[in-house]
Amino acid sequence: MAPPFSWLKPEPFGLHVAPADAWIDPARAVDTALVTHGHADHARGGHGLTVATPETLAIMALRYGVIETGSTPVAYGETVTLKGGVKATYVPAGHVLGSAQILLEYAGERVIVTGDYKRRADPTCPPFQVTPCDVFVTEATFGLPVFRHPPIADEMAKLLKARENEQGRCVLVGAYALGKAQRVIAELRAAGYRDTIWLHGAMERMCRLYEDHGVDLGDLQPVAGVPKAALTNAIIICPPSALNDRWSRRLPDPVTAMASGWMRVRQRARQRGVELPLIISDHADWDELTQTITQVNPTETWVTHGREEALLRWCELTQRKARALALVGYEDEDD
Amino acid sequence: MNRFAALLDALVLTPSRNAKLALLADYLRETPDPDRGWALAALTDGLDFPAVKASLIRSLMAERVDPVLWTLSREYVGDTAETASLLWPEPLGQRMPAPTVAEVVATLHTTTRTTAPAILADLLDRLDVNGRYALLKLATGAMRIGISARLAKVAFAQAFSVSVEDVEEYWHGQSPPYTPLFDWAANGAAPPRTDLLPLFRPFMLAHPLEAETLDLSEYAAEWKWDGIRVQIVHVAGETRVYSRSGDDISATFPEVTAALTTPCVLDGELLVRGAHQGGETGGAASFNALQQRLGRKTVSKAMLAESPAFVRLYDLLIEDREDLREWAWEQRRARLEALVPRLDPSRFDLSQVIPAKNFEDLAEIRSRARDEAIEGVMLKRRDSPYVAGRRTGLWYKWKRDPLLIDCVLMYAQRGSGKRSSFYSDFTFGCWNGDPDAGAELLPVGKAYFGFTDEELKFLDRHVRQHTVGKFGPVRETDKSLVFEVAFDSVHTSKRHKSGVAMRFPRISRIRTDKPAHEADRLDALKALIAD
Ligand SMILES: [Zn+2]
Ligand SMILES: [Zn+2]
Repeated sequence: MAPPFSWLKPEPFGLHVAPADAWIDPARAVDTALVTHGHADHARGGHGLTVATPETLAIMALRYGVIETGSTPVAYGETVTLKGGVKATYVPAGHVLGSAQILLEYAGERVIVTGDYKRRADPTCPPFQVTPCDVFVTEATFGLPVFRHPPIADEMAKLLKARENEQGRCVLVGAYALGKAQRVIAELRAAGYRDTIWLHGAMERMCRLYEDHGVDLGDLQPVAGVPKAALTNAIIICPPSALNDRWSRRLPDPVTAMASGWMRVRQRARQRGVELPLIISDHADWDELTQTITQVNPTETWVTHGREEALLRWCELTQRKARALALVGYEDEDD
Repeated sequence: MNRFAALLDALVLTPSRNAKLALLADYLRETPDPDRGWALAALTDGLDFPAVKASLIRSLMAERVDPVLWTLSREYVGDTAETASLLWPEPLGQRMPAPTVAEVVATLHTTTRTTAPAILADLLDRLDVNGRYALLKLATGAMRIGISARLAKVAFAQAFSVSVEDVEEYWHGQSPPYTPLFDWAANGAAPPRTDLLPLFRPFMLAHPLEAETLDLSEYAAEWKWDGIRVQIVHVAGETRVYSRSGDDISATFPEVTAALTTPCVLDGELLVRGAHQGGETGGAASFNALQQRLGRKTVSKAMLAESPAFVRLYDLLIEDREDLREWAWEQRRARLEALVPRLDPSRFDLSQVIPAKNFEDLAEIRSRARDEAIEGVMLKRRDSPYVAGRRTGLWYKWKRDPLLIDCVLMYAQRGSGKRSSFYSDFTFGCWNGDPDAGAELLPVGKAYFGFTDEELKFLDRHVRQHTVGKFGPVRETDKSLVFEVAFDSVHTSKRHKSGVAMRFPRISRIRTDKPAHEADRLDALKALIAD
């Protein structure tokens, strides 16, 4: 008999599901890819067959054009049977629109690959579901005990207060174009903000896609061509790279804000020249990572990407079997 | 403490000086005594609690956090106090009310090495993450957020609409929490007494002379020596030497400090002996020689022997507790001339009045001043009182015309703050020979001002369109643009590849009319060296 879990192999550029000859979030083009979510470091173009949620497939189509060869949409809770009899079920991960954990079942063994996930409520996607399994393959982007994301309502209050206090200026919020931007907008709406929210050009199509999937973002307008005077006291959302770019010169003396879990550390905020750090992340913080492992309570924990050392140490301290997978190609998203 | 923590975070993240001033001024106005005074002391690194050191923070954390997790966290965050503030376990149940800054200071002042761990832990339990950061920074005296004493004083003046000069003067005898100072500025009480303390008095400064001609029967002329302006105070047996900014530099120049034993307050130029300025006898060395001694906390015997310092006196503010600052310059000058013979001649001499018959005569004398490596000429109204700061019509500085050279733009870097989207820091070079015979450009200096906003936009566009290489934040240009660079002087330098260092270079004109190969050669720059 083969040793336990030997059908799932961590290779340098992805997890290989051997009996199905399929890869999870591979870092290069393959014949069959199981994709957890639409972020660029997880969803790459050019695969023969892409198996993902319909939302993720729509995001990939927006990014890479129509997927020519083939795609298999799998709704949340649905199971597909792959080659070799491997069963894959897509379970909500609470990270961004369409994000899923993939539950793999083979030879009586259950493995969950989380992709990226968080545990906080997010008005733009269904919440993470705790699912029992033998092996839990978790991310660890914020896998250090210094990362504790504050309640998002506090951060929204900070943002709205800055807008209130800085009359004659505008607030420019740097936010990752997929997920973070829409979540910030939806949370602003939830906090009672009804005014137009202005968008950098790179944000527009993704916001429309969210709206097409039933996420209400209120009145959104592109900032292009709008005179400076019309933007005083406005809230404008742009990709992080545009914060200190020439593009921002058209705006009325912006207060630069950045929505990211990294903003928890002052030096990171200072390096980016951010005046208003907003600690908002779409990843699990330290407490959520450790709480999730405790709840899922797997026989083994595998750590894919991020600061895996500290999380492995925590597993050791709590007598849990754990290992780090040396995968390449994942980035610290500007999350 | 929460208000102080919020101020600290805002100051760290606010790049502009004006915005920093506004934040500080608001805090000082809105916060009650004595919190605001202690906060001010903490921000300007004026507090010290010997019982609290970084090692105490580490040992407190060792009892609460796994050592491996601590090390990994500390490495990532890069700062012990911040790491501890983030990792400190939140207390169970309701948090006790946050302490005030005054309470924190009073508590920390009474701690010993034995009691410190329990006391600090109790304070940490009462604060949220930002409060804990502020507490640990305050307690270990490691604020380092770029709030100079000067910035604090300007903010103080701004907060209560009083003059910075008055703040400067009354500040010096005060210690935290500066209650008499706040009483005076905020509540209209009498200012603190200063006459029995070796205090700094704000300097009188000069306006640049523009196009006007002055009548020398109304104005006296003196050389403007190229050293550092100092004030030497002796009162009640104590002597202090203060720099332009009011910093106490007595220890850097002990020979000067020790030499004054007469109760008085003197204004003069600190120089190092040499033959460079003002001729062979009683001469001074160049600014370069003085620079060797600046910024050193202790001075070696060899250095004292090699580069002895002395002060060339300009003015007398106070003599024997008699305040002369309201007197006319002429009367003060007479008192100064009478005093100088009683001072140690190896450490003090008199800045001579230039014997010019009229303004044209003076202009002629000044035009020869370059050879003597003098910064220029000072013109002082004969009836002017000694007033703090720059007041129109009283004192003028008539600097030598700047030196000019044509250089080629080589590299550019983005600025900071408001300029962070512009390429506004420029490195320029001169040819190391004949450019038509294969000579190369060598960088000779850097400038980040001298241009208008319009010119900055032009330069930014030029850099973007003419980039040939990128090294991190630096762009290399195609070396096609010529600047006329103005500077005050140029000196030999071993630290620069070109072998020269310019003082105070700024861009005086953009020479789009001039092809790069017609820019100046290094030899032309070296010919202007005045060491
Ligand atoms: Zn992601
Ligand atoms: Zn990721």
